Amino acid sequence: MRVARGTFAVALAVLVVLAALAGLGFGGAHLTTQETLRALAGRGEEISRAIVWDLRAPRVALGFLVGGALAASGASLQALVRNPLADPYLLGLSGGASLGAVLAIALGVGSVWGMPAAAFVGALVTIAVVYRLALVAGGLLDSRVLLLAGVVVGAFAGALTSGILAVSESARIRSAMLWLLGGLGGASWSAVAALAVYSVPALFVLVREARALNLLSLGEEPAQYLGADVAGTRRRVYAAASLLTAAAVAAAGIIGFVGLAVPHLIRMVRGQDYRGLLPSAFVLGGVFVTASDLFARTLFAPLELPVGVVTAVIGVPVFALLLRRGAARSVP
Amino acid sequence: MIARAVFELVDATVRYAGLREPQIANVSLEVRAGECVALVGPNGAGKTTALRALLGLVPLESGRAMALGREVGLWRRPALAREVAAVGQREEPVFPITVAEAVAMGRYPHLGPWRKFGGADREAVREAMDRTDVTALRDRWVQTLSGGEWQRVRLARALAQQPQALVLDEPTASLDLRHEMELLELVAGLVKERGLAAIIVSHHINAAARFAGRLALLSNGRLVRADVPERVLVPEVLTDVFGWPVSVHRLPDGAVQIHPERRPIPGASA
Repeated sequence: MRVARGTFAVALAVLVVLAALAGLGFGGAHLTTQETLRALAGRGEEISRAIVWDLRAPRVALGFLVGGALAASGASLQALVRNPLADPYLLGLSGGASLGAVLAIALGVGSVWGMPAAAFVGALVTIAVVYRLALVAGGLLDSRVLLLAGVVVGAFAGALTSGILAVSESARIRSAMLWLLGGLGGASWSAVAALAVYSVPALFVLVREARALNLLSLGEEPAQYLGADVAGTRRRVYAAASLLTAAAVAAAGIIGFVGLAVPHLIRMVRGQDYRGLLPSAFVLGGVFVTASDLFARTLFAPLELPVGVVTAVIGVPVFALLLRRGAARSVP
Repeated sequence: MIARAVFELVDATVRYAGLREPQIANVSLEVRAGECVALVGPNGAGKTTALRALLGLVPLESGRAMALGREVGLWRRPALAREVAAVGQREEPVFPITVAEAVAMGRYPHLGPWRKFGGADREAVREAMDRTDVTALRDRWVQTLSGGEWQRVRLARALAQQPQALVLDEPTASLDLRHEMELLELVAGLVKERGLAAIIVSHHINAAARFAGRLALLSNGRLVRADVPERVLVPEVLTDVFGWPVSVHRLPDGAVQIHPERRPIPGASA
């Protein structure tokens, strides 16, 4: 079932507006749609303006960027390792990034700017280790071995993270624990700015490699025959996907299944051309996490669920459904 | 006038890391524009390695590999892909793409990351699809194609690169008689019409002998002979190289064909 480009773009735009309005309009304090819109325009009561602009808007923006970063990262990794099950979480990137970030917190350099940088280092080390492991196992790169190595290294990073938490000072533990649970509760405009500054160059790199990623999904050898600089593309995409994952993890903890479900959905309706797939995945990933966060904070209000719980609860069945449909028809 | 050399291996040796025996040793081979050369030989003789050396995909331990007069290692991949199109043995796209999308990928070396897919690109794709007779398949998913159709689509993609040379690694391995002949006739036609240089790796020696101007026979990484088919397909040489008795015959049109012998049945009287 393919959808025309225009229709798809309009649908995405509508989803973005709906998710943003819902994210701004619902929450602990009750605001009517009219009040929300007025506050958004900078009018209305002081308190509504503060709620909309200082609490909800950064949270919506952060959720959108986190979701976009994770979905774009997942989509590009899928072409790189030639496996539709690749995802920053399954490849161990998220685990490595969170290890780096927790280390930064434990050492007392866990600022909104320092944490993503530490997470980036953690993610890069992880992908290097995962890659080496996968190569050692077979000589040639086998994407299934790569995923296995990713899961193992991710688990190892998780164990180290717990170890660090166990031996750090209690005050620092508390902030790391809160952050580890995952969530957009701590959203601030400076966190949004940091995420944007780290993500934009990475997204640019991925879009630049979009055509090479199309070729790579044919296989490394055909991609080389068609003129792709496979080694360079691989290096640049791993770095960019690591940076995106690291920035997202530093901002909101580990949120799984965004990079898995979103690109699949787009492949089904718009095909697999990465020049369209990457931007669409970014936007739909943003909508997905913004909407998930809305459920996370309203479903059991005043209690808040970690947003990763919601993305998992929605993402896993969607993915199972996609798998089954794909298997039944062999071609979507 | 002698056509210019498109590919040259000069005393080339390739050894994979950790292996004692080289994959190919001191192989020298030249392929000129307007010429079709088939690499033949037993499994593991080094045919695919020789191709990979020519395409700059494996480092040489010694010797030189040149494409269009220039060391292949000095070529940037897109520039090389504008001159040389290669179709490998196997290829399975992980995500569903259509035939038209697959052929359009042949334009990558001309487009790079940013250039817009324009009129010249559309024309190159249309022409390549017409020439290989895949235009009617344009909206089909490549995963639903038969083996012969998929090979034609990959050849179309190679032609969309608008190359001066074609490199085909066992292009007819999984094809039936008709599809094999169709594909080879197509390649032979392109070589003749456009003066392309073509290298074909093949296990089908009889087909190679009819379509290639020269055969390069490899055995244990060494080039045994590279010459016109009747000087390469010699019973003693083939029997030795393949380790199986082989006789050679001529078709009425003069083409040389080989014929592996049956072993004498044990116990039967002569």
